[in-house]
Amino acid sequence: MNYPTNYRYTKEHEWAELVSANQIRVGITDHAQSSLGDIVYLDLPKAGRELKSHDTFGVVESIKAVSDLYSPINGKVIETNSDLISDPGKINLNAHTEWMLMIEASDAKTQFDGLMSADEYTNYVKSL
Amino acid sequence: MLKKTALNEEHRKIGGRMVDFGGWDLPVQYSGLMAEHNAVRNSCGLFDVSHMGEIMVEGPGSLEFVNYLTTNDASVLSVEQAQYSVLCNSEGGIIDDLVIYRLGLDRFFLVVNASNTDKDFQHIQNALTHYQGIKPSVKNLSSEYSQIAIQGPLAEKVLQSLTETKLSDIKTYWCKEGKILSTPAVIARTGYTGEDGFEIYISWGEAPRIWNALLEAGKDDGILPCGLGARDTLRLEMKYALYGHELNDVTNPLEVGLGWVTKLNKSGNFIGKDKIQALKVSGSKKSLVGLKSLGRGIPRQDYEVYSSDQKSKIGHITSGTSSPSLKYPIGVAFIDKSFETVGTRLYVKVRDDFHEFEVVKTPFYKKDA
Repeated sequence: MNYPTNYRYTKEHEWAELVSANQIRVGITDHAQSSLGDIVYLDLPKAGRELKSHDTFGVVESIKAVSDLYSPINGKVIETNSDLISDPGKINLNAHTEWMLMIEASDAKTQFDGLMSADEYTNYVKSL
Repeated sequence: MLKKTALNEEHRKIGGRMVDFGGWDLPVQYSGLMAEHNAVRNSCGLFDVSHMGEIMVEGPGSLEFVNYLTTNDASVLSVEQAQYSVLCNSEGGIIDDLVIYRLGLDRFFLVVNASNTDKDFQHIQNALTHYQGIKPSVKNLSSEYSQIAIQGPLAEKVLQSLTETKLSDIKTYWCKEGKILSTPAVIARTGYTGEDGFEIYISWGEAPRIWNALLEAGKDDGILPCGLGARDTLRLEMKYALYGHELNDVTNPLEVGLGWVTKLNKSGNFIGKDKIQALKVSGSKKSLVGLKSLGRGIPRQDYEVYSSDQKSKIGHITSGTSSPSLKYPIGVAFIDKSFETVGTRLYVKVRDDFHEFEVVKTPFYKKDA
């Protein structure tokens, strides 16, 4: 699998895309969706929720498994992808474009830069 | 060190995602759980269930001994007939559930759950030691047999192309000893999916040849190899019990709706009879019910179940998933009997929230529903 090189990644298999200097979009990686299998449930927080990096922000469930979702950075949820909640199976088809959250933080870029690069994440997945 | 079935390499070759299932290295899925589940409902699917245990009870006295071990009445079985039954301990708790195939007048083939095989065999040997009647021979043949299940509406068509045994002559819950691609096989019209289909028992090492031939024979009909994931959702849609979920050592068959395989009036005593009889007289206070979600929350094993005021905990979920056929969350719950009526609204605690469910008739899934 090719992981977009303009994204950054976490050990918990979230991806982050820098939308502007103070905003990131978050989703889960192709490795995560593939490990989970057919996704049938997604729970996301309401806009306005303050998150710390590694905080649980939601839950994704496949037919077989339940998995928590973790925030890649400290910040505030400003938008969630409610369409995805009604059709979470779309994550299996295109994990890297089906975003879940938009998070705002004044130092979003600095935090983003501190996450794993695509190469680092690829190696990390190989090591699992 | 994980145990491997004879098909381990075949699973890996075709992309099976291997997991540790009770000490066995088995595929949870190949192409995807949903696709595999649907293949079984609509055409056919192939399962490696060689991890299951096989115990042969044979020789004079075998019928009486099998009847002493199990709760159902094996004396009603004709040769080539099969029966679902339960092994209980002396407290009436369920040691395992099993299928008994009467292969001959004095030859009973007991198929038990993989992770319980050693426990079951130990129990049966102990029972034999104390048994007062004529003692039959009891052998654990689990390492000699591979078991492959082919399940789905097209199972008969696909399997028929590899055997001269006339499959249409085998009724549901009957079997025949025949040959598949010239290797001796017990061919049984049984399964764990709610679909028509067969479970075949062959010599351990023959499994790869038969497995690959079945996949080839069913190719044009859309056969898919199916993993443990689909096996679980298929059985759950039927509310078939799974040991370790609905059944365990401290649960009485009458508490989990297995009165139909508990024959208190059959001739002779059987292990656990006193306790089952006593519960029948006093009445079970527990019930195993099917729950349907009225929202989105998916119930999972051990989630708590509450009454409609959300104040009293009345039981727990034994199995749950999002039903691939029905497209909504379903669960089986072990609850206080007073809440068992179909239509009763209950709550399941999913993480921190209460989600509303309704007691429904089971099986959850019915053909042509």
